[in-house]
Amino acid sequence: METRYFGKPLKRNEDHRLLTGKALFVDDVTLPGMLHVAFKRSDFAHGRILEIDVQAALERPGVVAVYTAEDLGDYHQPGPLLLPAPPIEGAVFHPRMQVPLAKDKVRHVGEPIAVVVARSRYIAEDAAEEIFVDIEPLDAVVDLEGALDPDTPKIHDDLESNLAAHVVQSKGDFDSVVDKAHRVVRRRFFYDHGIAAAMENRGIVASWDARDQQLEIWDTTQAPIAIRNGLAGMLGLAESQVRVVAPFIGGGFGPKIMMFYPEEVLLPWISMRLGWPVKWIEDRAENFVATTHERAQIHEAALAVDENGKILGVEDTFIHDAGAYNPYGLTVPINSQCTLLGPYDVPNYRSEFTVVYTNKTLVTPYRGAGRQHGVFVMERLLDLAAKELGLDVVEIRRRNFLPPDAFPHDHGLIYQDFSSLVYDSGNYEPALDKAVKLIDFAGFESGSSEIEPHKRRGIGIVCYVEGTGIGPYEGAKVTVEPSGTVSVVTGVGTQGQGHFTSFAQVVGEQIGVDPTKIRVVTGDTRLFHWGAGTFASRGAVVAGNACHAAALDVRKKILKMAGELLEAPEEDLELVDGKAQVKGVPAKAIELGELASLANPMRGAVEPGTEPGLEATTYFGPKHGSTASGVHAMEVEVDLETYDVKILRYVVVHDCGTVINPLILEGQIQGGVAQGIGNAFYEQILYGDDGQLLNGSFMDYLLPTSMDVPNVVGDHVETPSPLNPLGIKGAGEAGAIPVGALFAQAVEHALRDEGLEILEIPLSPNRLFELLHDREGIASTEESGS
Amino acid sequence: MKPPVFDYFAPNTLDEALSLLAEHGDEAKVLAGGQSLVPAMNFRLARPEILIDLGRLSELTGIERLDGGQNVRIGAMTRQRTVERHPLVRKHVPLVHETMPWVAHPQIRNRGTFGGSLAHADPAAELPAVLLALGGRCLAKSRDGERWIDAQDFYTGLFETALEPHELLAAVELPSVGPGEGWAFTEMSRRHGDFALCGVAARLKARDGVVEEASVALLSVGDGPTAAPSVVEILVGQAPSAELVSTAADAVVNDIDPPGDLHATPAYRRHLARTLTRRVLTAAVDRISG
Ligand SMILES: Cc1cc2nc3c(=O)[nH]c(=O)nc-3n(C[C@H](O)[C@H](O)[C@H](O)COP(=O)(O)OP(=O)(O)OC[C@H]3O[C@@H](n4cnc5c(N)ncnc54)[C@H](O)[C@@H]3O)c2cc1C
Repeated sequence: METRYFGKPLKRNEDHRLLTGKALFVDDVTLPGMLHVAFKRSDFAHGRILEIDVQAALERPGVVAVYTAEDLGDYHQPGPLLLPAPPIEGAVFHPRMQVPLAKDKVRHVGEPIAVVVARSRYIAEDAAEEIFVDIEPLDAVVDLEGALDPDTPKIHDDLESNLAAHVVQSKGDFDSVVDKAHRVVRRRFFYDHGIAAAMENRGIVASWDARDQQLEIWDTTQAPIAIRNGLAGMLGLAESQVRVVAPFIGGGFGPKIMMFYPEEVLLPWISMRLGWPVKWIEDRAENFVATTHERAQIHEAALAVDENGKILGVEDTFIHDAGAYNPYGLTVPINSQCTLLGPYDVPNYRSEFTVVYTNKTLVTPYRGAGRQHGVFVMERLLDLAAKELGLDVVEIRRRNFLPPDAFPHDHGLIYQDFSSLVYDSGNYEPALDKAVKLIDFAGFESGSSEIEPHKRRGIGIVCYVEGTGIGPYEGAKVTVEPSGTVSVVTGVGTQGQGHFTSFAQVVGEQIGVDPTKIRVVTGDTRLFHWGAGTFASRGAVVAGNACHAAALDVRKKILKMAGELLEAPEEDLELVDGKAQVKGVPAKAIELGELASLANPMRGAVEPGTEPGLEATTYFGPKHGSTASGVHAMEVEVDLETYDVKILRYVVVHDCGTVINPLILEGQIQGGVAQGIGNAFYEQILYGDDGQLLNGSFMDYLLPTSMDVPNVVGDHVETPSPLNPLGIKGAGEAGAIPVGALFAQAVEHALRDEGLEILEIPLSPNRLFELLHDREGIASTEESGS
Repeated sequence: MKPPVFDYFAPNTLDEALSLLAEHGDEAKVLAGGQSLVPAMNFRLARPEILIDLGRLSELTGIERLDGGQNVRIGAMTRQRTVERHPLVRKHVPLVHETMPWVAHPQIRNRGTFGGSLAHADPAAELPAVLLALGGRCLAKSRDGERWIDAQDFYTGLFETALEPHELLAAVELPSVGPGEGWAFTEMSRRHGDFALCGVAARLKARDGVVEEASVALLSVGDGPTAAPSVVEILVGQAPSAELVSTAADAVVNDIDPPGDLHATPAYRRHLARTLTRRVLTAAVDRISG
């Protein structure tokens, strides 16, 4: 279809404001009389609170108030359980939620114990330091595998053990294929995923206006509507009394979803109690311990194949680390469980996971949200099987793809949205072929390039699918204003995804208005208060289609009115350049703004039932999520003397259905790959045996920089989703998901003469050195001084 | 991430600064580029009660040749970026020129000072090792006078120097490169601009085809910059060859007892020390002959 705006690589509407420092972020909100908040946090991972003395802090000049759990009275409640137990037979689930301020017990380093309100953040921090907390330390639960040992201390005293959940899902019968299998590859895998480390930390400004009886909250949340509704309930206010604004946010990636973080719950309460606006901006040191993480899983997995490399079945048992509380339920491990299957035909699957509580920061979804872990296990198993069978890594994947006629494909498992795991559409081989070509597998094999003697090169290729665009629904309101401006309002929050451009393209396409002239508003509950939020790669799919539907409704209204005014049948009209006109007759045209004025008569009478304005509010909810997919490939060079790894080339061929804006998509992929590379080679949250975070600053927690991340060479395959009118699938997480699996494969390939198997991520030069030198035979070279 | 309360002085003259130091000594810290001190204060790891900002003291900046060109003097407050780009440094102390890009990032070198890095005595910093490899000396000043401290006496422990609380580092003198000399610096860090996991600076002087003088200093393998006398001993008096370099480099493990941390175990550091020593010695030898 010929389009004007939709599908075009338009530059982003929001960038001028963002790049010139003129966009509104939470920390830009400054209100008269505003007070500042700092938290006293636990230095211990696990312990009983014996005493809290806030006297010295209260006496410091400039301090307005200090609160502990005691002061909160009935407001001291555990946060909401955001996702209940999944409807999976036999599932065990013991949710325990975080509280606003620790009472009796602390369960992770950084858990807030007291909150100080002062005239400046400096004073607040000085006072927080003066709060005396006497804690009787308890042994910390750090090790995943030891968490359920009978003599391990319990984190939640009212539970029988540190077991948070246990889930088994299966299809077919794995055991029945083991004996028939030509080979069964079985290994133990360790996959650790780091923290989101968004450029902007969290922040909240809350302002209660007692005269107006309105509470206004600016919050770095990905889900302002859920936060509004939840807070109204907690504070005993009507939803309509609470406005939550999620302005520009410097990166969300999951941890900013709708956590009802302690700080999020406390600031509105403080503002209502004191009658002044209050601000808290999380600093980086706090972010490391107080914003949710993603972390390790340990998998024991087996793949059964026949002599041709066809998958007969997969079995996987893994442990997942919930951290101290799990308000977000089982989304992350269920994603691991379901995404493991990838683009492959797996007739028999048995997957069992155990979730344990540990004395660490909470684990909730972070870009990929457990999918990395599953993809790593499956892709590594395929590589190992390929090696045993003497197949190449491309061929074993090709042989196992679900064929294009297999869709919709129901896996018979329950997915994170609690509906069944059904792939809506897919066509995997063309993407693989393109990636093989782009990375030039053939050229690599011929070894044409020259390299230094102490360096080795390796190449790799992996595949994945990504469940995206889950329900329930989103809405959008499209208005042609009498000024001629078109406004699009949706409930989702925005954290850099380019919504101000993509949504404008979707709407502009239908009503013939240049997207630069369309004003998109996101994340302000006063302007739109229905919807779920920005997560699970769903913004473009769900909110995008809502925008499309609303634009179609407005288009109808425009055509009807313009037809009457121009005395032409609607079919003869076209919408171009902000005008409705008779096709090919620019002289017979009317500006949309003028139409909008006429649609809002100030005098006289209208037909009964007439709705004013050129406006429509429309909702979209998909039957279930749509399944994006892709292939990543890379070439690496390993220095055998320093164990440093350089990524020479990186290729992504991606299928997210119909593309709204290829430039934005490219940015999403490039950013995701950067985070994936961080995950694979730089980032790892490290805890000591006492539950202390060992690398809580950017000195020691290493993010890849622009110099460590190659430019991604990309291409697309477009397999539209049948589940929404635009055919869109999500793309937000695609760049990040398979990078760990790919990195392991490529580095292993580079080290093929050493015969090393890489069964873990992240790697580092130090870890590669250890892996190579801890093995028998090689260990001696270090001592002999080779 | 906000520092505790402190008093701040910004003296206009060196005399004023030295008087303030004499008066406040232990409670005070001098502020140079602030690229190490200010983060430490924000983390509340450093809590000086008084800051004496050296930023206005033009007496402490500048680069000049002295002693008929034998030495180059660099004022302590000279910005790292200025040192990096200075023609005198490039020509006469090329080891410093070669090393500067390894120190942090351009933005930080624009603020960070040459003397600040030397005085801060971070065991992972490049410049202290270079100072040691070059055999330079440091000029300490106080209200009571001044004294010279040789490089090998300047570093006394982890983040510790021979400077007294009422003294500041005013300048350093580094010997100019002469005929028959070769030099090199390299390091291994996780990302460009990071503090190194291990780094090595080396300087060699050859006459009539044999190594006459050598010095090798490492960073990130001990409490401060670490000299490698075992390497030097093997080199001196011998004709440089790939084999000699390799034997000498292997001996570096006798001179170090590296710590382990999150990013490198002692064994990996020893391995890096050997590898990097071999690489810098090879490059230095090439420079002699080239
Ligand atoms: C992101 C980042 C990366 C970095 N990477 C590196 C790196 O790779 N390698 C590296 O070497 N450094 C690195 N640094 C540190 C940087 O080089 C600092 O500039 C340097 O360590 C200190 O210099 P300064 O002038 O900023 O000193 P300041 O931070 O002002 O002072 C540091 C300390 O030295 C004392 N001091 C300063 N000047 C004098 C003086 N004249 N006399 C007596 N005492 C003095 C101060 O009192 C203070 O205790 C990095 C810094 C950052 C922020």
